[in-house]
Amino acid sequence: MASVTYDQVTKRFGDVVAVNNLNLGIQDKEFLVLVGPSGCGKSTALRCLAGLEEISEGQILIGDRVVNDVPPKDRDIAMVFQSYALYPHMSVYDNMAFGLKLRRTPKAEINQRVQEAAKILGIEMLLDRKPKQLSGGQRQRVALGRAIVREPAVFLFDEPLSNLDAKLRVQTRAEITKLHQRLGTTFIYVTHDQVEAMTMADRIAVIRDGILQQSDTPQNLYDYPANVFVAGFIGSPSMNFFDATITGTADEMYIDTGTFRIKVSDSIKARLTDGLGRRVIFGIRPEDIFHPGYVSAGINAVKVESTVDVTELMGNEIFLYLMAGDHSYIARVDPRGHAHTGDKIEMVFNADNIQLFDADAENQPSMLKLG
Amino acid sequence: MSYFDRTKEQRSSAVISILATILRVALAILIPLIAFLVLYAGFLFLRAGNAPKWLITIVAILWGVGGVAVLYWIFNWIVEMFPEQWTIRLQPFVFVGPAMAILIWYLAWPAARTFYISLFDRDGPAAGNFVGLGNYVAVFTDRLMRQAFRNNIFFWILVATPLTVALGLLVAVLADRSRFERVSKSMIFMPMAISFVGASVIWNFIYEVKPVGASQIGLLNALVVGLGGQPQAWPAYTAIAPFNNLFLVIIVLWLQTGFAMVLFSAALKGIPEEIIEAARVDGATEVQVFFRIMIPYIMGTIITVTTTIVIFTLKIFDVVWVMTGGQFGSDVIATQFYRQSFIARNAGYGSAIAIVLLIAVIPVMVYNLRQFREQEAF
Repeated sequence: MASVTYDQVTKRFGDVVAVNNLNLGIQDKEFLVLVGPSGCGKSTALRCLAGLEEISEGQILIGDRVVNDVPPKDRDIAMVFQSYALYPHMSVYDNMAFGLKLRRTPKAEINQRVQEAAKILGIEMLLDRKPKQLSGGQRQRVALGRAIVREPAVFLFDEPLSNLDAKLRVQTRAEITKLHQRLGTTFIYVTHDQVEAMTMADRIAVIRDGILQQSDTPQNLYDYPANVFVAGFIGSPSMNFFDATITGTADEMYIDTGTFRIKVSDSIKARLTDGLGRRVIFGIRPEDIFHPGYVSAGINAVKVESTVDVTELMGNEIFLYLMAGDHSYIARVDPRGHAHTGDKIEMVFNADNIQLFDADAENQPSMLKLG
Repeated sequence: MSYFDRTKEQRSSAVISILATILRVALAILIPLIAFLVLYAGFLFLRAGNAPKWLITIVAILWGVGGVAVLYWIFNWIVEMFPEQWTIRLQPFVFVGPAMAILIWYLAWPAARTFYISLFDRDGPAAGNFVGLGNYVAVFTDRLMRQAFRNNIFFWILVATPLTVALGLLVAVLADRSRFERVSKSMIFMPMAISFVGASVIWNFIYEVKPVGASQIGLLNALVVGLGGQPQAWPAYTAIAPFNNLFLVIIVLWLQTGFAMVLFSAALKGIPEEIIEAARVDGATEVQVFFRIMIPYIMGTIITVTTTIVIFTLKIFDVVWVMTGGQFGSDVIATQFYRQSFIARNAGYGSAIAIVLLIAVIPVMVYNLRQFREQEAF
């Protein structure tokens, strides 16, 4: 059991800065997911914590101990790799027992811990097999088992589900969440898949180009993204963005995209930090745009004249790709809201559930205070 | 299907398989035979001609390579004219058959003949003095042969082979972590390019001895004298016999370490980095990673390299012959064979030694082949 602290950690590979001045505290027993696009430095951050990479600046603490110069074997961590990294010449049992044997754990205890972990993961009948004889999902479990038996202070996961097929991924996702509840240990999990991040994390840290963008609970990240990047990265399909200007008067403000205008509602105005005349990026999620025939009750409806470009039927919903003037956007609408390419529809935007970002500031941060 | 039909079918399938065998053997013999005749005719033609040498060379190459290719092409074409079933039955033998036939002709047949000769006395079968297994009794009782066996088994298999493997592995592992990997590996691999006789000549200079007092031109003796010691003709230093053999072992070590290193290096690079990292996170020290992860991972390569070197050291000849000629207690099976066959002109005894050497190599060879098959090399 331990907390983890990244204190101004920087990692350089030659001229490339992989992790840039990362400050991040992870509490004991927390499930933190590091998420970001490929090559953003999230894996490097994890490998620095594991001791597989030396950090260039700053310090990393596990509990109260600075581990900068502690080799991986003495950090009391366990890691699950994307490729599982099982030892091919050892049986499943020996794979799981390897770390304990190196620590001279008594044989009886090794046996008990391996059996217990195997039972949790449902791989008791595979203990005598070699990794070669296992399916991808089974290998994944063995890799998890190898980490569990060590009873480490911190579990590290480096994209552990990437090599599984879609169905197995969803299933294993739930199992890892259950495992976290059962073990009550600190989990740090790296993924590029925002769905994994949203579904599993207590807290998500979004990283881009080695820089931490925002770290918060999944719901807060979704509702109050700190900048355009986070807003666009979290959620599927992504949030729609429109270049716009704030016009009107202090009492009656409008977001003007050039093609359509949306009146700034009172609730948004109350949170707005800056005002008139500013160039902004106006964001709205696809599920906050409705087909005129199937509008949810109690929303602040604003009509926007649009043309249907493409429709994608998902069964439980329809994705409409629409054009409003020069702006293209996606709406996620009720499946009964039939539409065909070329149809002109007055789509309904929920003006209470929008985001505004400062178009002129670096990183395009949100202009809305937390609600 | 009635009883009679079945037997008729069985009978016809027996006929087919006999016919197929005959045709296959015919193909295997006919193709190399025609190839030989065509090449020989070309040789006679070119020898009779007066063309400039360079033209003859080019024509000879075209004739040789092109002629064989055309021959294969023609036979393949003939076989493909057969009904499809027969094409399937015969086609592989157009290509594999000739190779098999030639191997039987110059490998299997001579081996059998050598065994036959080994059953006669020094004048061979022509003189007709059949001695049964008498030569083999001599092989295992002769003092010099016992010495040769000792050297082959102890110094060459039990000392030279593990040392080569261990050294090759050590260099491969260290070079892998060095900034000078390419340079160091090239240097160590370089001796592989030198023939065994050439290497022996080089080492003859290193071991060269001059009388006490004279300046030593041999590297080793120069060092020894420089440090205040006595110069020695090291491979002939019988005071430490039989350990003077170790000076010959060093030469083979120098020659073969590069071979082992290259194969180990490739195998080590094939170990996924994540497995090594997983072991480090699991709590292994670098030494434990090496012995418990890397060594087991490349065990197949280690066995292959070891057996290959065992086969080589069993047959060791050149180095011993050039350095000592088998004197000073350095005889090995192959030098004995050479001496008996070509110097003492004892055909029967020499053949018996050759057969013993062949039998000694076979189990290692079989194990080696099985290892290759496991690694799916074929």
